[in-house]
Amino acid sequence: MFKAITKLASLRNFYFFAGKLIPWFGWPTLILLLVGLYWGLVVAPPDYQQKDSYRIIFIHVPAAWMSLFIYMVMAFSAAASLIWKTKASEVFANSCAPIGAAFTFLALATGSLWGKPMWGTWWEWDARLTSELVLLFLYLGYIALQSAIEDRRTAARATAILAIVGVVNIPIIHFSVEWWFTLHQGPTVTKMGKASMDSSMLIPLLIMAVAFKTYFFTVALMRSRNEILERESHTKWVQEERERL
Amino acid sequence: MKLIEFLSMDGYYLYVWLSFGLAIVVMLALLNNPIKRKTQLLKQLGRKKKRGKRS
Repeated sequence: MFKAITKLASLRNFYFFAGKLIPWFGWPTLILLLVGLYWGLVVAPPDYQQKDSYRIIFIHVPAAWMSLFIYMVMAFSAAASLIWKTKASEVFANSCAPIGAAFTFLALATGSLWGKPMWGTWWEWDARLTSELVLLFLYLGYIALQSAIEDRRTAARATAILAIVGVVNIPIIHFSVEWWFTLHQGPTVTKMGKASMDSSMLIPLLIMAVAFKTYFFTVALMRSRNEILERESHTKWVQEERERL
Repeated sequence: MKLIEFLSMDGYYLYVWLSFGLAIVVMLALLNNPIKRKTQLLKQLGRKKKRGKRS
């Protein structure tokens, strides 16, 4: 088992493994997104209180879930590269950061667009919104730190430490709506217990959430492959791969 | 008429369509980025190889 992991951890093997995985994530993403968008925008009934404005949930909530999920994936990848010096996990963690930043931005922007008609304000410095903004800065800090340090090994170590320290923000975001009095509503969908949401709205929400996850893996693997090509440009196998393409 | 009703989103069209539009734009840009980078990289690798052969 451990041998299999270390074998996969070599950049060359990870490159080809990622290439095989991409279509398995990419095509489902396209189908799930089309189904989820149609279901969420057309089939799902309007909310009795928020009318059609609630449909923003089908972007906002999956994007916010992704912002946390990607951060955990990135931190675990970075920690693995710190502990076992696996280069593949280093590359993968780097690929996560821009995608995580994009989803955090989407969660904030759609939250703002939802907050204006429902709360009457674009922004409020409350716990949920502020901690999510801190998450965006963590992602941007990761990207900035990585591009600021020339030496790859030093950069990997520094960004890994930043990513691991930043994990402390994740439970703060998650529990912020319970710990503090905030404008943001409490969780509607929880792992334990029944969701306080009708299945006609819950199902498209979950479809969108899965679509965003497969989308993330598609793009992260594509980014990883590029970074590997760049890092290994001096090797024979990359030249062979270039000729094949 | 039904299409207009759908597009108007019960008066919330600005917020709903901006949210969905923004998501689509961001996600397409994020997908396009590695595709473009790959062609760029392959070109660079090709140039490197030519230089290596000449010297």
